[in-house]
Amino acid sequence: MMTDRRPDAKHRISAIALTNRNRALWLAGVVALLAALCALSVTVGTRDVSWSDITAALAGRTDNLGQAAVALRIPRTLLGVLAGAALGLAGAVMQGVTRNPLADPGILGVNMGASLAVVIGIVWFQIETAGAYIWWAIAGAALAAVFVYTIGSLGRGGATPLKLALAGAATSVAFASLVIAVVLPRADIAGGIRSWQIGGIGGATSERIWPVLPFLAVGFAISLLSARKLNLLALGDELAVGLGERVAFARASASIGAILLCGASTAVCGPIGFLGLVVPHVCRLLVGIDHRWLLPFSALGGACLLIAADVAGRIAARPAEIDVGILTALIGAPVFIWIVRRQRVREL
Amino acid sequence: MNSAMPEHTLEAHGLSTGYGTDNILHDLDLTVPPGRITAIVGANACGKSTLLRAMSRLLAPREGQVLLDGKSIHRMSARLLARTMGLLPQSPIAPEGIAVADLVSRGRHPHQNLFSRWTRKDDEAVDAALTATRTTELAERPVDELSGGQRQRVWIAMALAQETDILLLDEPTTFLDISHQIDVLDLLTDLNRERGTTVVMVLHDLNLAARYADHLVAIAKGRVHVSGSPEEVLTQQNIRAVFGLESQIITDPVSGRPMMLPIGRYRVLGC
Amino acid sequence: MVSTSLQTLIANRRRRQRRYRSVVSILALLVVALFALSLAIGQTVTPPLEVIRVLLGEQIGGASFTVGQLRLPRAVMSVLAGLSFGLGGVTFQLMLRNPLASPDIIGITSGASAAAVFAIIVLSLNGPIVSIIAVVAGLGVSMLVYGLSLRNGVAGTRLILVGIGISAMLESIIAYILSSAPAWNLQEAMRWLTGSVNGAQLGQAIPLLASLAVFGGLLLSRSRDLEALRLGDDMASALGVGVARTRMLIMVAAVGMIASATAVSGPIAFVAFLSGPIAARIVGSSSSPLVPAALIGAVLVLAGDFAGQFLLPSRYPVGVVTGALGAPYLIYLIVRVNRTGSAL
Repeated sequence: MMTDRRPDAKHRISAIALTNRNRALWLAGVVALLAALCALSVTVGTRDVSWSDITAALAGRTDNLGQAAVALRIPRTLLGVLAGAALGLAGAVMQGVTRNPLADPGILGVNMGASLAVVIGIVWFQIETAGAYIWWAIAGAALAAVFVYTIGSLGRGGATPLKLALAGAATSVAFASLVIAVVLPRADIAGGIRSWQIGGIGGATSERIWPVLPFLAVGFAISLLSARKLNLLALGDELAVGLGERVAFARASASIGAILLCGASTAVCGPIGFLGLVVPHVCRLLVGIDHRWLLPFSALGGACLLIAADVAGRIAARPAEIDVGILTALIGAPVFIWIVRRQRVREL
Repeated sequence: MNSAMPEHTLEAHGLSTGYGTDNILHDLDLTVPPGRITAIVGANACGKSTLLRAMSRLLAPREGQVLLDGKSIHRMSARLLARTMGLLPQSPIAPEGIAVADLVSRGRHPHQNLFSRWTRKDDEAVDAALTATRTTELAERPVDELSGGQRQRVWIAMALAQETDILLLDEPTTFLDISHQIDVLDLLTDLNRERGTTVVMVLHDLNLAARYADHLVAIAKGRVHVSGSPEEVLTQQNIRAVFGLESQIITDPVSGRPMMLPIGRYRVLGC
Repeated sequence: MVSTSLQTLIANRRRRQRRYRSVVSILALLVVALFALSLAIGQTVTPPLEVIRVLLGEQIGGASFTVGQLRLPRAVMSVLAGLSFGLGGVTFQLMLRNPLASPDIIGITSGASAAAVFAIIVLSLNGPIVSIIAVVAGLGVSMLVYGLSLRNGVAGTRLILVGIGISAMLESIIAYILSSAPAWNLQEAMRWLTGSVNGAQLGQAIPLLASLAVFGGLLLSRSRDLEALRLGDDMASALGVGVARTRMLIMVAAVGMIASATAVSGPIAFVAFLSGPIAARIVGSSSSPLVPAALIGAVLVLAGDFAGQFLLPSRYPVGVVTGALGAPYLIYLIVRVNRTGSAL
């Protein structure tokens, strides 16, 4: 009897070990990919630079145009990594909190809410400091998230993916209109409307990044720490309660993390959509649905995707640049559609 | 029996069809006896609803054909078919706030074309339909305010307003309370007796089917396992084959029809 | 002997018909009144008599210019665009059985806009060719959305979600083209981002009128089938409607109308979305909301443009007005739909 059981146990243990090892391998792989992409981001752009320029700029010198170009790309790359990680992570958290494969800060109108809040702050309340921008953006993101979730969960079936996506899309459209309505009379900043409709990381400087770091740090911490809670929530509310989890609190705390991340990124970059949708799905295919792996992986994956999109945007339309927000939409929307097709209608 | 009603024959020959890559129905033959009540029974996912949908032209046959009076229904014009055969699908949708009388009036659609106006005949058909289903008092009320049983009667009224000789119903009793289920089945029997309507319905309750139907068709794995009178169909072997269940057949003391008593592992005398 | 139940039935039906007729008449009068108002009032107020004389062809000093060249094309465009958006929007909502499934949201207007923006800015085209390109693009997008949502038959939910995805893609393309245009012309950008009838010309009205006549006529001829489709595909089929074919015909007509209007005025925000639900509330669910929705669309655009020009602290194009005012109603509608789980 004992000998019968042993091979099974061994088999199972080795199966688990294999998966964990696989996951670790994937993790290492994505970190390496990120490093490579960052290197690419610093090297490539509208202006070609030489290797010596790069090393010089990294050492802090900006003697010629090449080094100056690199010096600009360093904060840009840094911002891309931070924003990408934030949005990828926020998307994974949102999908976990809402149990909705279509959740994404862009689709759910959270990014637009942040944009609208900042725009209102600038035009009607004359806010000027980076810190104020961020607080307003976070407030806007929070209000939008609560709003969309509330109206999306009314009625039969609660917050089904369709209802949530519709509520989010409609709210996004509404907010986008309001952004235009608020900004239009102000000819001085009206030219900047673009940046509040579609996000990008061009023009990033260290001064813009410093203020947002604490918010991102707190957001990252809260989100990553909610991994266990999200695993339990994935079982469904009733089961999670049965297992001793306080469902409402878990949801709220995880959401706060996601909202901080979205608000902070949107305050600096404008609304970048679809990252939060695409990255978690791809990551799930590689490391599975355990949020303790999925969350960090989504963060890294998001950073990779954002940097890759930014580099592509710089190369594809030389000497002009394509904003990242446009590229993520162009890449992300087909993935969104592919996900929608894969699901059975009942799950929608 | 109302002999003024022309009798239409509805049959399926060698019918194979399904959704997706596999077929659900395989080489199925079926003849619906005109002027009678037929019930289609079987386990879940055996193909009952698929069969009804194929017979009402909602699903195209991949092999074989469905014939109405000897003509393939897929060659007939949709309007002509709709004037002969009515269908009550599983989840019909009522536009929000629509009144009963309006919903029933939609049943006149096959009798109107682009230029026809609403005539006296249409009003009379609607009135007759409401009367037959005893929903006249509900005529001006919104459909969403009605109970499940009342709503089902309204849908049947709409099918009646179509003035068809054949009526197909896909699980008309599934979500209703037992009293409403009996109500609907009694109503269908009225229609059959008074107007000679051929009724074909998919039922999930075997005993109700045995009580109310003249002709039973038991489907298993996409084929007709057995068909005939309730006495012929309700046997221990058939129940075992179609439902995978041991049973005992007795005579229902209320109706005199056969009745199936399921035998499980517990609560069986002498076990 | 006529039974009393039959009499009551007929009486009630006649009552509903009367209500429908009076609603349509009132709406039509409202459109005419707003039209007249837009012709008479502007930076200066032109007396009604002069307006009529100009319309009849007389040449009067300043009035001929203000009324004939500035206000008339603008008002005509508003009416035609409003009718097109209203009728097209309500058709989509009825067909997809969801008021939130409006062409604004599922990518049709984005497709037509993107094509128009591309044609005008990148290809430097002008005139009716732009409308044609927009219509073709609109049809292309709807076929794409339809095709992508096909999997064992079309599911309404999948269609809407696919539409949202495609719309997002197209919006980003529009943003890109606008931003990379040689001169960032705010006016033009506004037209293509939210819709505007500024600078309308009478010449543009002709293709729009033609599209309204052809597509609108096609739609209205199928209104009974559309009413049957509201009961569900199965039920409509059982009532003798060729579901697939009718759907396609209706979609082509609706898309054609909307795309033609978008090619001229841009995607006037929310008009296609709002007209249907407002019409359904006013006319009741027993009558067809098609014509009332078209009229309401015209009212919204006329009133919105008027408000945007004269009633607000700053000059706004009509799309911003309808967008900003439509947003709360949109939210209210979502709340209502979700709460009652209903269709239009």
